[in-house]
Amino acid sequence: MPMKSYRAAINEAMAGEMRRDSSVIVMGEDVSGGTGAPGEDDAWGGPLGVTKGLHTEFGPTRVLDTPIAEGGFIGAAAGAAVTGMRPIVDLMFVDFLGVCFDAIYNQAGKFRYMFGGKAETPLVVRTMYGAGLRAASQHSQVLYSLFTHVPGVKVVVPSNPYDAKGLMIQSIRDNDPVVFFEHKAMYDEEADVPDEAYTVPFGEANVVREGEDVTIVAIGKMVHLANEAADNLANDGISCTVIDPRTVSPLDEETILEEVEATGRLVVVDESHPRCSMAADISSIVAQKAFKSLKAAIEKVTAPHCPVPFAPELEDLYIPKVEDVEAAVRRTMA
Amino acid sequence: MQLSRDELLSAYRTMATARHFEESVFQNFSDGKIPGFVHLSAGQEATAAGVYMALDERDWIATTHRAHGQCIARGLDLQETMDEIYGATTGVCGGKGGSMHIADLDKGMLGANGIIGATGPLAVGAGLSARAKGENGVAVAFYGDGGSNQGLIFEAYNLANIWKLPVIFICEDNGYAEATPSSYSVAGSQVARANGFGMPAVEVDGFDFFAVYDAMREAVERARNGEGPSLIHIKTARFYGHFVGDAQTYRGDGEIDKLRAEKDCLNMFREKVVETGLLTGEQLDEIFEEERARVADAASAAQVAPRATEADLMTDVYASY
Ligand SMILES: Cc1ncc(C[n+]2csc(CCOP(=O)(O)OP(=O)(O)O)c2C)c(N)n1
Ligand SMILES: [Mg+2]
Repeated sequence: MPMKSYRAAINEAMAGEMRRDSSVIVMGEDVSGGTGAPGEDDAWGGPLGVTKGLHTEFGPTRVLDTPIAEGGFIGAAAGAAVTGMRPIVDLMFVDFLGVCFDAIYNQAGKFRYMFGGKAETPLVVRTMYGAGLRAASQHSQVLYSLFTHVPGVKVVVPSNPYDAKGLMIQSIRDNDPVVFFEHKAMYDEEADVPDEAYTVPFGEANVVREGEDVTIVAIGKMVHLANEAADNLANDGISCTVIDPRTVSPLDEETILEEVEATGRLVVVDESHPRCSMAADISSIVAQKAFKSLKAAIEKVTAPHCPVPFAPELEDLYIPKVEDVEAAVRRTMA
Repeated sequence: MQLSRDELLSAYRTMATARHFEESVFQNFSDGKIPGFVHLSAGQEATAAGVYMALDERDWIATTHRAHGQCIARGLDLQETMDEIYGATTGVCGGKGGSMHIADLDKGMLGANGIIGATGPLAVGAGLSARAKGENGVAVAFYGDGGSNQGLIFEAYNLANIWKLPVIFICEDNGYAEATPSSYSVAGSQVARANGFGMPAVEVDGFDFFAVYDAMREAVERARNGEGPSLIHIKTARFYGHFVGDAQTYRGDGEIDKLRAEKDCLNMFREKVVETGLLTGEQLDEIFEEERARVADAASAAQVAPRATEADLMTDVYASY
């Protein structure tokens, strides 16, 4: 199988679906870049190059550079989706959701239910999340739990290139609004990715490894941390299960509960804050539904309850680390 | 043009500091000494100098991600501004903000901002404060050509106008928003848009300090007299990319060389003041070199300024879990 980057996997998924289905369109700020400028078209291909080549292949009626007007063009994407198109819109940094959230949670996210099941809104909102690039407080947040809170919105957080491609194809073919989270520090990560189209279903967690002592549920980029921690802990004879939910809404409760029932211990690793995050949410589900099988208090490994700081020394302290995961696992074993 | 020699010297000094500052940030960012993303305002110094010269300590400003030059024009401490960009604890925001969030409330600077369009409503709020204080202060909102398309900006136009607030909207149009030219992204004209909300507006040559200053003085006078908001559309250009590292293939062949050669606001200022005998070339050269040295010193100091430690992470929060 060919090795491809996370970036290339997502790009390939979009290009393939655009070839297959003429109702798939792409909109966003500089998804081409250079429209109407004296120099090159497709000059950027997205802020970090994820849509590169789409404008060149599919032209300006299917790949639209937008003005900076997220409330406008994401609202328009919701309108286009409910009337027959399959728009993929780029919210760029998820931190920008404040200027356009309505289109996602009150419009697209409500149509199916509120209109008595008569509406389909196949909208994909692509967005970048996560700290580590020294991008400071308004360009580094995680925020997928905000969308997860809202019924009607599906939330996808791929942790590797293979899942990214399969989940993107599923997102485009899905008839509900999907917010697709791409960790901006993962674009250059490579893995085997098949050339042909395939889907990864929503609501099916990936059990990355199976162990006997502790279950670690980790999301997005945190899956790598969990794996590394599990490797290190194995040297000390502690064996961990690592679960990657892949989609946080719908969430594969069944797999998480089954694995926790087997080990009796849970650590949740989430790059978000401790309150009202996926870490808090998954902990509460397990506390409620697998209470009797728990041998230790649930541990959460999260960023602290503060905005993402700019100073590199502080940002490094802010982001969860492998050692934090190891320590949390050891606490459940103490 | 009613500026004294001292004021002219000071305007030139602001532009010179701002230029050296950006050239220094460009170099040191390229050398890996500055973390994150930086958006440089080189080429746009006449905006900073012209707008801020017409303001005083009563006034508030909310500005954009491209704000280093404006921070200098507003009189933020040069070293603290530089330190912030390097992420040092001696930075004006303790290193927690960085280039995109430099702010100094004591100086009326509500900050650079990472959210395009956020500045419009913030300035409307500052306009309410200014009016309540009764000192005839004004509030200024900066945004780019790209930012002018954000719905928040139109909401701010409307609010400022129905309440006749002392707000000045500055659309600093450098021709591009990231890689997208304003010729593609902006429907209608900035002036007509403002007029549509019942607000006076002018377009000015942003390479000409005097044009910017004159327009701003008029807008400030109107606002201080209780005559309400207005808009200035400043046409300018940036010498660098959207951020340092932008390959800029969307720009035309020779576009930047031509700008630097023909549309450098520092050179245009010099031609004007030397030609009319107000200042001499030697005076300007001296300032230019003084500021070069001052900026270089600030950059060296920023590199060795103290950095944050664990104790700094959870300060200025009201709760932790
Ligand atoms: C709400 C929001 N959308 C998008 C962005 C990403 N972004 C940062 S700067 C920029 C371009 C801004 O262009 P303009 O307003 O013309 O200012 P300039 O960069 O030219 O100074 C964009 C799209 C953002 N920071 N905030
Ligand atoms: Mg611009």
